[in-house]
Amino acid sequence: MNRIDKKFQKLRAEGKKAAIPFLTAGFPSPAASLTLARELAENGADIIELGVPFSDPVADGPTIQASSAAALARGMTLEKVLRLAENFRRGTETPLVLMGYLNPFLAMGIGRLARRLAAAGVDGLIIPDLPVEESDFLRIPLAAAGIHLIFLAAPNTPPKKMARIAKRGRGFIYYVSRAGVTGARDRLEAGLAEKVSAIKKTSPLPVCVGFGVSRRGQVIKLNRIADGVIVGSALIAPFLRLPPGKARAAAIKKWRELFGGVPEAGR
Amino acid sequence: MRTKKKPPERKRPGYFGRFGGRFVPETLSVPLEELARSFRRVAREKGFQRGLDTLLKTYAGRPTPLFFARRLTEYCGGARIWLKREDLLHTGAHKINNCLGQALLAERMGKRRIIAETGAGQHGVAAATAAALLGIECEVYMGEEDMARQEINVFRMEVLGARVIPVRTGSKTLKDACSEALRDWAASFASTYYLLGSTVGPDPYPRMVRDFQAVIGRETKRQFRSVAGRLPDFLVACVGGGSNSLGFFHPFRSDPVEFVGVEAGGAGLKSGRHAASIIRGRPGVLHGSYSYLLQDGGGQVQPTHSISAGLDYPGVGPEHSHYFASGRASYVSVTDRQAFDAALLLSRREGIIPALESAHAVAWSCRLARKLPKNRHIIICLSGRGDKDLETIRKERGGSLPNCVG
Repeated sequence: MNRIDKKFQKLRAEGKKAAIPFLTAGFPSPAASLTLARELAENGADIIELGVPFSDPVADGPTIQASSAAALARGMTLEKVLRLAENFRRGTETPLVLMGYLNPFLAMGIGRLARRLAAAGVDGLIIPDLPVEESDFLRIPLAAAGIHLIFLAAPNTPPKKMARIAKRGRGFIYYVSRAGVTGARDRLEAGLAEKVSAIKKTSPLPVCVGFGVSRRGQVIKLNRIADGVIVGSALIAPFLRLPPGKARAAAIKKWRELFGGVPEAGR
Repeated sequence: MRTKKKPPERKRPGYFGRFGGRFVPETLSVPLEELARSFRRVAREKGFQRGLDTLLKTYAGRPTPLFFARRLTEYCGGARIWLKREDLLHTGAHKINNCLGQALLAERMGKRRIIAETGAGQHGVAAATAAALLGIECEVYMGEEDMARQEINVFRMEVLGARVIPVRTGSKTLKDACSEALRDWAASFASTYYLLGSTVGPDPYPRMVRDFQAVIGRETKRQFRSVAGRLPDFLVACVGGGSNSLGFFHPFRSDPVEFVGVEAGGAGLKSGRHAASIIRGRPGVLHGSYSYLLQDGGGQVQPTHSISAGLDYPGVGPEHSHYFASGRASYVSVTDRQAFDAALLLSRREGIIPALESAHAVAWSCRLARKLPKNRHIIICLSGRGDKDLETIRKERGGSLPNCVG
């Protein structure tokens, strides 16, 4: 059984929600991102999302763009991300998902990609520029290798397509909280709760919400309606203004502030 | 694993062979579908087409002449060379054909704001022009590097009432301007129309921009038939994203006419500093479509170089990739230097200063003409005029020019 499914089974049995951090692989350095991933796992992260840097990240706001560019400038590649994943997997059973744009995955070749992901102990892929209707070429080989292809859904996704996402997606549905790009926002979109509960009615998959989450209040609110919360930019931002050691402490502090002692998060 | 029967092979909408598609963040799926629907609707509407034709005629200056370049033909010594004079259009390039079409569509869709990306600024100027004409707010994303290189076009856009937004991410050029426009649109689609300038990006842009540019090829076909009573032998055009070339080629696609796309060879293909996406690239996904792309082994998009900012883009329209893969068109490259010389040659022999983009097509056509007998006909799409490039030419030559070329 895929580690992601196992995790949600466990969380569901305990009445808990998933706390999911996103971090950019190779930022501020490969070693630092690996340390951060491990520390987050030790601090109760239920699934780790490791971002694969890309030269043209069209779905990302300034924070993740900057982290991605910095990682690339230091020579990060998908090959190296896979090595990080392998290292991460050695010490833990925490589910690991790679999130990145389609082209680097394509460039590796689909067959090879599926084999490498499985060998590195990666449990799933999230590809923001791969909508479900274009995904067959990748979905089928990944499924054969036991890797989940996780789809994103947005506030404007029509019901018919939502049903297709629920049917073809694996692991969970990544619900994008609002139109636009990644990055911290003060407020959650109006109508979010209704949207999420509508999806949950038709989908057997857990629904996790991301994009724009940066406050504890938002996490508490989202945990009431969704199966998990994804936080990225808010954890990456410290690394853009502080030296690595201090930034890591600040990111962990931010993580605890967001999820620590939140009842449903169960920490 | 579930086993599933593969669906039978069918022609997928939005694809040219195996190229194209709609590889975009989920949020953009619905606005693209809305755009495709609206485009389909107006394409069938006589009223819309009439409105566009009237603007093209009374405002943009269509039809543009088809000119026999006698002295250039004599100089090259071989096939006859003709010029389709898109450089004579309002704003100085073919870009206005597409901008008028899409701005009318934006108006029809009730959008109150237009955004666009621009490299050299030609598309930005055309978009700002169309927006001013229709009274729609316009914002243009432009790389900071390009803004510095094309100061006068930035000012032109501002004079036309548009706001130019500097893009400071990535390589600070056209591809980053395009990414930034997509990011804007992902949040603003309810009120905003994204006026993409070339036959690139997610479906429906590649086919929509081509259709709005196809007026070039339709006119050429009619004009050449009326003077020569036959079809031309070769059509030659420069290829950046591919809008002038595809608009030029498309009406001839079922005819026995050879197509040549000329890519930017920059400092030479071996130098690595070029923008020859088809000749030197591999298929990949950038800005929403699967097409030839200049990328490194790990799938990161590579920086490009060309003397002509309009060709300085790492991708190419998916229909060109299909033309290439199917052998319908052939693709060649011309270096900065050759394009530069061809620009001077055309200026001296015909009194026409071409855009450096179009000069790539001129350079190749001269080479091609020499190898062909006198009874063959080559038509060049002279996509833009060279006023915008005078500064580049001056810098390249340090202010001094030879008295005579050739």
